[in-house]
Amino acid sequence: MNRINRRVLLGAMSAAVLAGSAGLAMAAGEIRVLNWQGYGTDEAFATEAFEKKTGVKVVHDYFTSEQEMLTKLRTNPGAYDVVLINSAFTGQAKAEGLIAKIDTSDMPNVKDLAPSMGQNPDLVPGGDVYGVAWTWGATALAVNKDKVTPLPTSLALLWDPQYAGKVSIRDDGVEAIQFAALALGQDMNDIKDLEAVKAKLKALMPQIKTFWSSENDWNQFFSAGDFTVSTFWSGGAGRSITKGLPVAFVVPQEGAVGWLDSLAIPATSKNQDAARAFINWMIDPEFYVQWAAKGAPSSANAKANAALPDSDFNKQAFADPAVVARVHFMKPLSDETRKAYTELWQDVKTAQ
Amino acid sequence: MAQATSRRDALRAGVLLAPAYLWLTVAVFLPLSAMLFFSFLSAAPFTSANWHVTGLNYAEFLTRSIYPDLLGRSLLLAAIVTLACVLIGYPCAYVLARQVKGRAREALFLLIILPFWSNSLVRIFSWAIVLRGNGIIDHTLGALLPFVSVNLMFSYTAVVIGLVHSYLPYVILTSYLALQAIDESILEAARSLGAPFRTILFRLLLPLSLQGLAAGAVLIFVPVAGSFMEPRILGGKHGIFYGTLIEDQFVATFNWPLGAALSFILLAVVLVILAAASPILKRAR
Repeated sequence: MNRINRRVLLGAMSAAVLAGSAGLAMAAGEIRVLNWQGYGTDEAFATEAFEKKTGVKVVHDYFTSEQEMLTKLRTNPGAYDVVLINSAFTGQAKAEGLIAKIDTSDMPNVKDLAPSMGQNPDLVPGGDVYGVAWTWGATALAVNKDKVTPLPTSLALLWDPQYAGKVSIRDDGVEAIQFAALALGQDMNDIKDLEAVKAKLKALMPQIKTFWSSENDWNQFFSAGDFTVSTFWSGGAGRSITKGLPVAFVVPQEGAVGWLDSLAIPATSKNQDAARAFINWMIDPEFYVQWAAKGAPSSANAKANAALPDSDFNKQAFADPAVVARVHFMKPLSDETRKAYTELWQDVKTAQ
Repeated sequence: MAQATSRRDALRAGVLLAPAYLWLTVAVFLPLSAMLFFSFLSAAPFTSANWHVTGLNYAEFLTRSIYPDLLGRSLLLAAIVTLACVLIGYPCAYVLARQVKGRAREALFLLIILPFWSNSLVRIFSWAIVLRGNGIIDHTLGALLPFVSVNLMFSYTAVVIGLVHSYLPYVILTSYLALQAIDESILEAARSLGAPFRTILFRLLLPLSLQGLAAGAVLIFVPVAGSFMEPRILGGKHGIFYGTLIEDQFVATFNWPLGAALSFILLAVVLVILAAASPILKRAR
């Protein structure tokens, strides 16, 4: 009797344990997000508000390079529900079958995305959404507004003899070549005349005081008066202005080099409904305004940008849709092209 | 009996040598072998799944002229920096070894070794503050001579200044040891026979301390030929050298095999130069 009782009790206990674990696995109470650390999706206020609204808990995993992100998607099927992908890598992720087509019909905020981003052909190939445009930024001209008046409108400023020895660009072959192509009126994502670009860069070298490679470099050189005219990241320029440096950020008429980040859903995700709800929240003006107060890149959602206070740097810099339209988003580069660009840049730097 | 002693000596020598050679094997030989292996691959095994053995990385050195050009530029820089260090450091070592004694010598030595104890990046960045336009040199000169403005930052001169400062202690320390070992009575004999200082310097001091001086020069020449940090920070657009090219392969383009091949070519060239120089040094003795 005693023995039987114990056996029954044990059986009941293990059944309860099994039922408990099954319940955990079945509930869509959790989504896993793969992103850079400290990049919006893991803001505590945002995940708490999302959990309160939907009952879904948000768990994060991080990557430190685009290659690592792709590797994690390849080797951990089913582990992630939302992933941040730069638009230059969306095509590769789609071609490898890593990400799913997203049904945006029940995502009300998607219709507010700026058309150049929400309908970006890299994110929406053939009309199918494989990435929801989220944030973006641009590399353009940043000048010392005390010394450059009136403010420039053209990339030709970099080649202006008036500023010889007062110019800087980032020590990055791909970006240097893209700017030279823009200045020549070529398509920076499909450069036809590389020799002209090389000649243009050679003409730029005597203008240059030094190269910069980090935001810290840039601020230091700028403060020391090493240069008055330079290329710079929109986000970096915003932070320099906040620090009180006399910086003016200009998107020239020839265009600027842009990057566009999107949120995508892995093909193996089992919580696609919750993932879509989370992405919709990430492009919600309510979320973005709070994030922007802590320092965020520009939102792809036009309404979210409009909701910012007028003092916001991104709002001021990109208020005019014509300016936004001049930002050319980077397309993927093949290994061969990247190597050719790097070698061209080395040649130009060595030949001065 | 004698045999037993020598065996025990050999055993003791083995025990004393083992830690150093074990360390050298693990810390130097293995990583270098890995790099040598990488230099013969088409792609680093951890970046690409399909790699194969190839000699193309070494061939590339000859097919693009910027590699030999930059190697020549780096060797010239190394020669200039070494020469400057010898011209500045040798007289200093002479005074320390033969003229100054006691507390004064200790104090002067401390001043020479002090840069060694500070981080090399701190040294270079402090030079950046000094050399830059609106920097310390510019302000001082501007106060003495108005309308004169010096901005040495981001120039070849700045690179040489920074490198000479970093490597000067090597030549001072090695020359000091060699000069101190010279028997004072030899110099006294020369003086008593009426030899002027010039003769003493060129016939006695230099030949007798040449080994120390040469050791110091080699210690400077080799790392300067591959330097990348000082040229990048102080040279700006004039800071493109063979070392920065190698650095680019590792940190910018992730072409480890090419970077490794370029490094081994530098190593080979430096070894050839040292081999060519050694008979000259031997004859001078």
